[in-house]
Amino acid sequence: MNYTKSELMVVAAARELENDDSVLVGIGKPNLACNVAKRTHAPDLQMVYESGTIGSNPSSPPLSIGDPVLASGAVSIEPMRNNFNYQLQAGRLDVGFLGGAQIDKNGNINSTVIGDYDDPDVRLPGSGGACEIACHVGRTLMITPHSARRFPEEVDFITSPGYVDGREGRKELGLSGGPEAVITDLAVCRFDERGEMYVAALHPNATREEVRAETGWEIEFADDLETTPEPKEEELRLIREDLDPDEMYTDQAE
Amino acid sequence: MSKLTSMHDAVSDGVSDGDSVYLAGFTHLIPFAAGHEIIRQEKRDLELIRATPDLIYDQLIAAGCARKATFSWAGNPGVGSLPAFRRAAEDGIPTELELEEYTHFGLIAALDAGASNLPFAPLRGFIGSDLPEHNDNIARVESPFDDDYVYAVAPIEPDVAVVRAQRADESGNAHLWGIQGEVKIAGLAADTVILSVEELCSEETIRSDPNRTVITSDDVDHVVHDPYGSHPSYAQGYYGRDNEAYIEWAEIASDVDRVEAWLDEWVYGVENRREYVEKLGVDRLLDLQPDHSYATPVDMGAYR
Repeated sequence: MNYTKSELMVVAAARELENDDSVLVGIGKPNLACNVAKRTHAPDLQMVYESGTIGSNPSSPPLSIGDPVLASGAVSIEPMRNNFNYQLQAGRLDVGFLGGAQIDKNGNINSTVIGDYDDPDVRLPGSGGACEIACHVGRTLMITPHSARRFPEEVDFITSPGYVDGREGRKELGLSGGPEAVITDLAVCRFDERGEMYVAALHPNATREEVRAETGWEIEFADDLETTPEPKEEELRLIREDLDPDEMYTDQAE
Repeated sequence: MSKLTSMHDAVSDGVSDGDSVYLAGFTHLIPFAAGHEIIRQEKRDLELIRATPDLIYDQLIAAGCARKATFSWAGNPGVGSLPAFRRAAEDGIPTELELEEYTHFGLIAALDAGASNLPFAPLRGFIGSDLPEHNDNIARVESPFDDDYVYAVAPIEPDVAVVRAQRADESGNAHLWGIQGEVKIAGLAADTVILSVEELCSEETIRSDPNRTVITSDDVDHVVHDPYGSHPSYAQGYYGRDNEAYIEWAEIASDVDRVEAWLDEWVYGVENRREYVEKLGVDRLLDLQPDHSYATPVDMGAYR
């Protein structure tokens, strides 16, 4: 069955989620991934949004993290202060999705500025909830195109901590959890015992050379390098017919 | 006591040049009509505080009302960036814009400190981030009880907050449902509070469901009845987000001349929200209207 890179990215992210997870969802591909998981292998997945909705069950793709479809039919809606205090800070969430303009070797993410903070080349939106999501969920996931610009050895600005300067560095700050997987259009990357990103699986038809060319440091490959499993028919049907029929967040194959 | 007034008079009375202003509502119930009134009255040198500046602060910045933005996520939700915010921050057009930046949790905690009359609020936030180096109102503090630590944020106490809700009585007791965001603590942290609602209701309606009250009349200075006052954001149960407007703004705001033309047409060219709504037209409003879905009533009990 034909599929596109963006469809594969959504499905690969969905497979990172487990049935008893509670997940802090983002807009776009993360939302699709969570809904694919919920409608296939993880029906009990609890979806929480930064806007304070808990147990959302959106009837159509939310346009923002505060969309009314996330509120109607939710289990609960918390004011922002409570949501960050009791859900996130207290460690009640298992998984969180993060985005950003840059991610580095140790999984640190920049969504604040390219260049100098006080005289930026590009002013990006900033943290929003991302920093504390990165601090407090058990596993963070990122879905991003693979390019050297997006994968520097060190980010220009740490908005959201990954393994900081290594797993020990994160631990010394008193943080548990950390980056679990980075899903790109070429590969699924994970983090080794030092807290350094490596390629765990290449997507079908992607090559080591492509990944090396699009990564800003000498990225390592797993000894038992895998090939990312292809999407199943049911997963593609959900994306194309139910979740993203207008191709807002995915390119879709015929 | 009725505090009912027009948005014109509420802004004229409540907002002065140089004030710090918080237009509350996290993606939901954003006070667009109040923002447009501030632009029409040509208020200047404002410190604009909002977790998500959204389109409304992009418009206020483009119109030259702002000297400073205090924020935690400056983007066009679901669409992209805020062109006027970036133009001011990067190039000082039309005015220099000082930035004071937080994370969502940090900004909300700072508001909570303001609302609670505390010298700071502690949070496990900013850990491992470069942000505290660039904001003097964020500091690491050691626990007095063990070797743990947290970050502290200084209180944020806006001169004025504008908060919206679905309904309120004329004295300013407001019912809000759907996403509550920071509405309550923004109202409690501010000196002056302008409350704007989709509908006026009786005090009896408020008293029938006190758990739904998000802000009480004690904290409210002005009550404005401004239907569709959050367009193009939304009001749960009343209308959805006008996504076309969010997408259009991304294009309009990239071009200074188009911004001027847009402000002339949609802000300076109308007298108030009613004229803006008339200009939007019936078709567009009907397209944004959801079907009904009522909550099951609760029995509060009538006790003797």
